[in-house]
Amino acid sequence: MMNKTLNQKAWLFVIPVFVLVAFNAAVPLMTVVNYSFQETFGSNVFAWEGTRWFKEILHSERFHASLGRQIIFTFIILLIQLPLGIGIALTMPKKGWGVPVCLILMSMPLLIPWNVVGAMWNIFALPDIGFLGHSLNSIGFDYNFTQQSGDAWFTTILMDVWHWTSLVVLLSYAGLNSIQPAYYQAAEIDGASRWDIFRYIELPKMKKVLTLAILLRFMDSFMIYTEPFVLTGGGPGNATNFLSLDLVKMALGQFDLGPAAAMSLIYFLIVLLICWVFYSIMMKDEGRT
Amino acid sequence: MSKVKWLVPTIYIVFLMLPIYWLLNMSFKTTTEIINVYSLWPQDFTLDNYKTIFTDSTWYMGYVNSITYTVFNTIISVSAALPAAYAFSRYKFLGDKHLFFWLLTNRMAPPAVFALPFFQFYSSVNLFDTHIAIALSHCLFNIPLAVWILEGFMSAVPKELDETAYVDGYSFGRFFFKIFIPTIAAGIGITMFFCFMFSWVELLLAKTLTATIAKPIAAIMTRTSSTSGYELGLLAAAGSLTIIPGAVVIYFVRNYIAKGFAMGRV
Amino acid sequence: MAKITLKNLSHSYLTKQNNDSDWALRGVDIDWKDGGAYALLGPSGCGKTTLLNIISGLLKPTEGEVLFDDKDVTTLNPVERDIAQIFQFPVIYDTMTVYDNLAFPLKNRGLSETEIDSKVKEIGEMLELTSTLNNKASGLTADGKQKISLGRGLVRSDVNVIMFDEPLTVIDPHLKWVLRSKLKELHQKINRTMIYVTHDQIEALTFADQVVVMHEGQIVQTGTPVELFEKPKHTFVGHFIGSPGMNILPCEIKNGQINFEGKVLPTNTSIKKSNFNKTQVGIRPEFINFSNDGIAVKVKRVNDTGRHKVIDTECNSGSIKILASPSTQIPSGSVHITFDQKYTYAYGDNWIIE
Repeated sequence: MMNKTLNQKAWLFVIPVFVLVAFNAAVPLMTVVNYSFQETFGSNVFAWEGTRWFKEILHSERFHASLGRQIIFTFIILLIQLPLGIGIALTMPKKGWGVPVCLILMSMPLLIPWNVVGAMWNIFALPDIGFLGHSLNSIGFDYNFTQQSGDAWFTTILMDVWHWTSLVVLLSYAGLNSIQPAYYQAAEIDGASRWDIFRYIELPKMKKVLTLAILLRFMDSFMIYTEPFVLTGGGPGNATNFLSLDLVKMALGQFDLGPAAAMSLIYFLIVLLICWVFYSIMMKDEGRT
Repeated sequence: MSKVKWLVPTIYIVFLMLPIYWLLNMSFKTTTEIINVYSLWPQDFTLDNYKTIFTDSTWYMGYVNSITYTVFNTIISVSAALPAAYAFSRYKFLGDKHLFFWLLTNRMAPPAVFALPFFQFYSSVNLFDTHIAIALSHCLFNIPLAVWILEGFMSAVPKELDETAYVDGYSFGRFFFKIFIPTIAAGIGITMFFCFMFSWVELLLAKTLTATIAKPIAAIMTRTSSTSGYELGLLAAAGSLTIIPGAVVIYFVRNYIAKGFAMGRV
Repeated sequence: MAKITLKNLSHSYLTKQNNDSDWALRGVDIDWKDGGAYALLGPSGCGKTTLLNIISGLLKPTEGEVLFDDKDVTTLNPVERDIAQIFQFPVIYDTMTVYDNLAFPLKNRGLSETEIDSKVKEIGEMLELTSTLNNKASGLTADGKQKISLGRGLVRSDVNVIMFDEPLTVIDPHLKWVLRSKLKELHQKINRTMIYVTHDQIEALTFADQVVVMHEGQIVQTGTPVELFEKPKHTFVGHFIGSPGMNILPCEIKNGQINFEGKVLPTNTSIKKSNFNKTQVGIRPEFINFSNDGIAVKVKRVNDTGRHKVIDTECNSGSIKILASPSTQIPSGSVHITFDQKYTYAYGDNWIIE
């Protein structure tokens, strides 16, 4: 534990960071707040609207729909990626040539530009010329993600699993590797079963990395934009129109700045709240708060 | 038992490689072949798609642009984060915990929320369509990440090192650059890796803030796919090429990946 | 409880061995009887943890056999060997209570609730953990947690041998003494074979009836603490045991006699062989006396520790430390010393010549 000295001059060290981030955060935020309370007639003429946009958004069916879709999506993602990631990490080798091979190959999806991920899956899943699409159709499924909502959801989720599960795998793997061998040895001597070892040793010791994994996956899936945009464009119809997609459509597409701004703030607040909850849990374990 | 264990990561890796393979497959085919023939490998192998990309400046400039702003961002983020992380690691000061938390929340900010305001803001300061604009806007997410990771590595270095250096007569500057930074070299490497990664893959802001001059490869690709003519082969080639920088970077930091994730601070 | 025999045990962590240093253990032979308290003493890297893990079954030796009661267990795993092992740091199940921790090994072996309950309560009392039985194990102090580790080994009545791998490493110094005494007490009460690995000679000498001293993968001496002290068979034992350790200085062997500093040193051991690369004489600081003639030395420094005086002296062959009682008058400058004949030994290539 670091014994930190009290030193207000430390602020000098922090200034570059503070400026760069605040600049990027505060200024746009002010803009957004500005817009959320006013009506713009397109030529920088503003009229005070009070909380009209907020009320409109909170009552809008469109918002409820996209929020609902978003929540279901994130829920399914977490449900699949967390156990899957942990499971794969448990089977990965700990020593030998397999380790760097696994790590490098598994990290690759994480490094592909998100639009390429969307484009790649678009091509991959096309019903007639894509590997996935063609294969599914030839087995007998009637699969077309551009036209059928169920298929669009299936493909989007599969794409996200392909894209991000490795993050959970890598985090879990790191967590597992930090467990000293003595714990496994003691468990072997105690006659513990494989499940016992997982439940009483591995899972508790992975608590920190798992909390981080849940936090990151929750946030990133909740804010997802590019991949579904490129894959389905939000469609068919509104089937995969998640929160971010809807927001951008409103702001940059329709230039409905007032409602867009209000929605942005609400969106941001939801994210902040959940972030705060996770942060508190994580920091409590480290004994910092 | 161990035979079965190998099966799981193997199947997973095959699953991961499939779409990438398909992309590569497409990139070596002509668009006509793609549309008319379904085959697992190119019947009519062609390098035309890649040729186009390497010779058409609208295409290859996209890569140059992307790499440019990614590098800018990595340098800015890490440079700013180093002193800040040091401060968080070694000192207590007014508001330090709140500042740290506030920084993290920015990592959690939905880019969609910032798209429009950034667009307006950077336009108003005449930085629209510049590399520096994207580099700076990415700082919003990358600096908190950099501070977070670096602070973790720095806290693992005991304060005694600093104190010994002062006793030995080092000025702070000399200590920081000659002693401290080499000690956390692995941490800096990992931080640069993650900054590069997040900046390279981000599309929304990069697309919003550019028009032609600084347009990243990602935006060029989307423009192509939305026009009629669906040049799938070309698109596939462009996509395949975007995988390379990532693969290269990962190869270089392969020894540190596990360590970096072990810090639990991605 | 079991008699433990190790036959010609050698182990290497490498797949190919080119020279001696590639082996972690070389040719270890031990015969330990039932119910004794044994210590494996040696510096870090001497192979004691390797040896311990081979006995417990966590490691399979490259060569050699392990026998419990004359039965070959070399290929059996730890569960099948019925051993218990306590590690350097407390290994407990954080999410369980102290009670559940202790009950765990018994549950896995299918004992009934009542049997488990009585056993856990019994051990809990022996280790003074009764008041914390229902607390979460993670909340205990380091020594408390080590007791839980120990307890998990003791609850099983079928345990052949209990092994300790430097168990007091993370314990606060003032509690080390308490726990050490507790362990000795436990051994006397339950009478099971206990093997204690440590690099701390005090721990080894106070706990064990018999100490095995290891150095670079080999056993250099086995004996009671007294034997190790009075007649070290290897120079390593000489300077590792005792504080300060034995004085070991170069000498010459001529005609079966020790020639040191131009004088012939009388000794009780017969020196038959003499063709060594290196010959040394060893004498403990406790067994040196001042006299009117003998070996000439110069007194460099006197350290008075209250309990005794440690005198640093110099001669041509090197420095010699002398331990004297607090009341001894020490002449200054140039003095003469003699070595007690009974405890003067000659060493050839580090091994005692006898």
